[in-house]
Amino acid sequence: MPKLWPWAQGKTETKAEAKVEAEAEKKAESEQKSGRPSMAKPKMALYWAASCGGCEIAVVRLYEKILDVANTFEIVLWPCVMDFKYKDVEALPDKSILITLFNGAIRNSEQEHMARMLREKSQVLVAYGACAHIGGIPGLGNVSNRQDIFERAYRETPSTVNEEGTYPQLSFQVPEGELTLPEFYDTVRALDQVVPVDYYIPGCPPTKHQTEAVVEAVIAAVTEGAELPPAGSVIGASTKTVCDDCPRIREEKSIKAIYRPYQIIPDPEKCLLDQGILCAGPATRGGCEAPCPQVNMPCIGCYGPSPGAMDQGAKLLSAVTSNIDSRDPEEIERILGGIPDSIAAFYMFGLPASLLHRIRLERGAAREAEAAAKGAQ
Amino acid sequence: MVTGTYEPTIIGFLCNWCAYQGADLAGTSRMEYPPNVRPVRVMCTGRIDPTFILKAFAEGADGVLVGGCHPGDCHYLEGNYKAIRRITMVRRMLEQFGIEPERFRLEWVSASEGAKWAKIVEEMTEQVRDLGPLQWWENVREA
Repeated sequence: MPKLWPWAQGKTETKAEAKVEAEAEKKAESEQKSGRPSMAKPKMALYWAASCGGCEIAVVRLYEKILDVANTFEIVLWPCVMDFKYKDVEALPDKSILITLFNGAIRNSEQEHMARMLREKSQVLVAYGACAHIGGIPGLGNVSNRQDIFERAYRETPSTVNEEGTYPQLSFQVPEGELTLPEFYDTVRALDQVVPVDYYIPGCPPTKHQTEAVVEAVIAAVTEGAELPPAGSVIGASTKTVCDDCPRIREEKSIKAIYRPYQIIPDPEKCLLDQGILCAGPATRGGCEAPCPQVNMPCIGCYGPSPGAMDQGAKLLSAVTSNIDSRDPEEIERILGGIPDSIAAFYMFGLPASLLHRIRLERGAAREAEAAAKGAQ
Repeated sequence: MVTGTYEPTIIGFLCNWCAYQGADLAGTSRMEYPPNVRPVRVMCTGRIDPTFILKAFAEGADGVLVGGCHPGDCHYLEGNYKAIRRITMVRRMLEQFGIEPERFRLEWVSASEGAKWAKIVEEMTEQVRDLGPLQWWENVREA
């Protein structure tokens, strides 16, 4: 299992792999008998939850390969691109979709419903992109909660006029009937914190050549019965860190001050971390071919924790701080003051998938108040 | 409210050469102090991965106490300086996560400072007891 989750352990074992193989075998057999390709194409679904749409573009960026996808699969759901209704997918028999590429994190009840429904209907469920894999940028919502996010979005933002104090309601009566909205959660979750996931394709968005390789592998599995990687694997990525792909030269690290990328013009040859720019390379899985460091921007960690690491942020924190060039506690404090928002610096993408998952909720206090109120009655 | 039966669980990461020996001395000297610290011996505070600390809190610790050699006394020369750097940052980050600073301490205890160890444990246990249970899993569970 690539990730260690105290609350999701043991949930990721699915029989997806075996089923795909059986399916491919059956198909190959029937083709052999009839001497021509069987007519029924395997079904594929693509869905977006809490995401920006970049992952959809990453799929479209397959260019002409997208035709192979269309030739091999019958697409049954792809809200970004084609018009399908949820109820048509709901009407499909369980496990009738061969593969679902699911992008986006889970932050409301509609997304959770779709995740559960697509899990039921799919043989292979793939967490596609950083948000489904580890929570992604929407996962930074875990430094806040529903109430504060609503307050900010529907009241405080300078461009918002909301004199009546209107906030989204779960249901609302209008003359025509009842209108409903999905419930917004306090906490953003990665896909595998909601349903078991077969494969993870990391990246924000996954790079073109990686998506291509995965699509080719799946098509080969479907048409020729080729073997798929073991369930639970991170695919379309390397087993080393971003530093392994990065051409910059690493020397003895000695950070005297921490800079934001706009504050200095970095040396194009030297390691960015050596120069005091927070680069997530040492704690991040490679496979992207390090495009960011090659254009003077630090790695921000979108490919998730390096293989074997339990918590990306903790590993990055460790890599950065142990190279601070000082022994004086006060000076160390001063240098580390250059990281004003440590959660965003170390968990830009992986907060929901981290060990602590989110900042503390004042649930305990609320429960105590409730208990006290009950006691008083 | 915290009931009278609540006892905090504190995970201690102690370096083999100083703090662990100091705690051992407190024991062999028959000093009495609260039994709330669960010690984990590591070879050096420089070996303490921030993951250990986060995992301890995530899995139910109410506090984490890191004990090492005094600066300059590290058996491996530099390990405790590395620990200062890491732990300074971990402390700042834990505050942002909403974990009170009293729940996380870094202390230097030499092999001869059994009494100091006992005092630190007593003080920290009291502080964490006053703060009440952390119960981090409550944050993770869906309401």
